[in-house]
Amino acid sequence: MSTVDILFYPLSAFAIVSATMVLISKNPIHSVLWLILVFFAISGHYILLNAQFLAIVNIIVYAGAIMVLFLFVIMLMNIKKDAEPQKQLLVKLTGVIAGGSLLTLLIAVVKQTAQIQNKQVLLKEGTIGLIHPLGKALFSDYVIPFEISSVLFLSAMVGAVIIGKK
Amino acid sequence: MSIQYYIILCLTLFSIGVVGVLTRRNAIIVFMCIELMLNAVNLLLVAFSKMYHGAALQSAANTTAGIDAQIFVFFIMVVAAAEVSVGLAIIVMMYRNTHSVDINFLNRLKN
Repeated sequence: MSTVDILFYPLSAFAIVSATMVLISKNPIHSVLWLILVFFAISGHYILLNAQFLAIVNIIVYAGAIMVLFLFVIMLMNIKKDAEPQKQLLVKLTGVIAGGSLLTLLIAVVKQTAQIQNKQVLLKEGTIGLIHPLGKALFSDYVIPFEISSVLFLSAMVGAVIIGKK
Repeated sequence: MSIQYYIILCLTLFSIGVVGVLTRRNAIIVFMCIELMLNAVNLLLVAFSKMYHGAALQSAANTTAGIDAQIFVFFIMVVAAAEVSVGLAIIVMMYRNTHSVDINFLNRLKN
């Protein structure tokens, strides 16, 4: 069992605990901070998988840009800590049971699928996650989706401005 | 590392996101749980891409098999960024109209 294998477990536990804290926290700002920790744990997983470009992009785009946007909006609204009306206990319980059943069902399916038995993930090795091969693929085979995504960003920007201006 | 561990980790994160969407009433936290679900799927895609790449490396030395999944993850991040900007603008509008971010105020289409 190598170091990379050993690092998998604490990172996974960290991600799951932080994700649970996102749900449990009453204060929305605490939820945002816990979600940032989840993103850092997922970036750690990307690094273990040698997907370095995605690890950096995940930190820059998610932890750096999107979560700051969330923090801005929360602070703009000045939501009080206990202003959020709680759902009834029955609804909460139903939600947790539904989610737990989904998880159990999917894990049971994964355990029984024959195609993924004994399949190994290549940790630490393999160069496809580095910037050079990814950039080559992005600007040769995927250049049209890349350009279309710029149009998507433009429309999102225009949409956000128009919605926010009213 | 077996792929099953990665699948179970991602399923757990995804289910936590589902539970959050079902149980919380704050629209911003519901939105954050959707981001969590997107990230779980991204991690799963990267794990599958490395699984496929590892299998392809057995036959050819310098193959780039599996790179499509990572490009796909990149585009998911692009779409998520665009989605967040519009979604947060909608939440800000909703707050301006109702002075609350409770999603139960958004049931006016019901009747």
